[in-house]
Amino acid sequence: MKDIHSEQKTYKFGMVIDLDKCTGCGACMVACMAENNVSFRADETDKLRSITWMRVYKMTNGLPFPDTEVCYIPRPCMHCEGSGHHRPAPCIAVCPATATDRDHETGIVSQIYTRCFGCRYCMAACPYHARYFNWWDPKWPKGMEKYLNPDVSPRMRGVVEKCSFCYHRFQRAKNKAYAEGRREIREDEYQTACAQACPAGAITFGDLNNPQHAVYKLKNSPNAFRILEKLGTNPKVYYLSTKEWVRRGVDHYLEEEAQD
Amino acid sequence: MSATEEKEQAVSGQAEQGKEGGEQAAGRAEIKPTSTLSRAKLLKFLVLPLLVFGAGFVVNLFIGWVIFPRLLYSEKDQPIDFSHKIHVEAVEEGCESCHFFGEDGTFSGVPGAEKCAECHEERIGIHPEEAKLVEEYILPGKEIPWHIYARQPNCVYFSHAAHIKMAKLECVTCHGPVGESIHVKRYQQNRITGYSRDIWGWRISGIKTNSWDRMKMDDCADCHKKSGARNDCFVCHK
Repeated sequence: MKDIHSEQKTYKFGMVIDLDKCTGCGACMVACMAENNVSFRADETDKLRSITWMRVYKMTNGLPFPDTEVCYIPRPCMHCEGSGHHRPAPCIAVCPATATDRDHETGIVSQIYTRCFGCRYCMAACPYHARYFNWWDPKWPKGMEKYLNPDVSPRMRGVVEKCSFCYHRFQRAKNKAYAEGRREIREDEYQTACAQACPAGAITFGDLNNPQHAVYKLKNSPNAFRILEKLGTNPKVYYLSTKEWVRRGVDHYLEEEAQD
Repeated sequence: MSATEEKEQAVSGQAEQGKEGGEQAAGRAEIKPTSTLSRAKLLKFLVLPLLVFGAGFVVNLFIGWVIFPRLLYSEKDQPIDFSHKIHVEAVEEGCESCHFFGEDGTFSGVPGAEKCAECHEERIGIHPEEAKLVEEYILPGKEIPWHIYARQPNCVYFSHAAHIKMAKLECVTCHGPVGESIHVKRYQQNRITGYSRDIWGWRISGIKTNSWDRMKMDDCADCHKKSGARNDCFVCHK
């Protein structure tokens, strides 16, 4: 298998989110839902039932006024790289249907809705709560079906879905590259909907292996960290923050625990 | 009386042999076990059951291979009986004259009426099907409601650019010799799934002799495997 794939260029797409820039406006969530045909209901108050591929969490430093500080944490799927063939992302390891897999070319963790039978092991395994279950068939408000994205297949009741790093945009970019006789795609040709929608420019997306891409430099910043890094899931979503309490909180370190 | 009982009787002694009567001659000392199968019994136990089985087999095969597909697939005529042969001879760039690529790599698939109107803005021939095209669709500015034979399910992503431009495959490899057809074939649609018959293949036995006989996932995956293309889920799914 290795020699088959060796001819083709492999990417390692990832994201760097600057928490100092994030204002918690939620534009990324809206853009994601519209881009990926994510269904919703009239009453979305029950967050255990709602679907948000990109979700903005709120965290405070717990201090009383005037020392209160707030940090918003946008959370897409982390597209965990795992370590090696025998230790893939937690969701991939537990899926009995091989409905989720690591894409060799892009490193993106795929989710095939027609293959998923809804056992929700992956949801239990995912430490980031990035996976969602369709408890109902999607029901669009009248006329809205016409605005659905034709590049993203709609999901049905009983399957799990999650962020795909807007994989269809990669397919589209590659399609264009092929038509022009290229095999490689440029950084600006493939960007996720959330990265483009962020008004603060907090989300940067690109190939983590490519020194020419902005994410390559950002992920090597001393302020960069990943959520629950100590679990060894090796996520491809990095965060930036200059604040110590944010870094400790996001990585779920206890008060007395030392950060390495 | 069963065959084993007969055998036992035959072996047990000559005294009882006379009672069997019929074809068994009374004077014979040794009787081969097979000779007890008379012609009537052969008919009763071998030929008749075989006939009944054979008849049932044929009936069930008929139901499964002829009646079931007719129940499963609904049949529709294309709006216009289009001749690919005439058009391939008339255009210069082969298939790509009408089934063209966009600049961004998108593929036209079955082109819209606009493309037909480039030549057929008015009638240029005498064929009644052309009259239908011009009068019913082009002049009123309506789209032609073609039935798409090769339409894949929603979850499938397919890039014509990757296969035609990059891998240099021929159209025939997947679509067959459509360019030589004089009439369009009838479109069959699976009543349960809503997919075209061309996806599952026209042969109900599922035997594949040409690369264009089927368009199922396994057919794509087989070719990807043979040609060394990737077979990751996200290559063809969306």
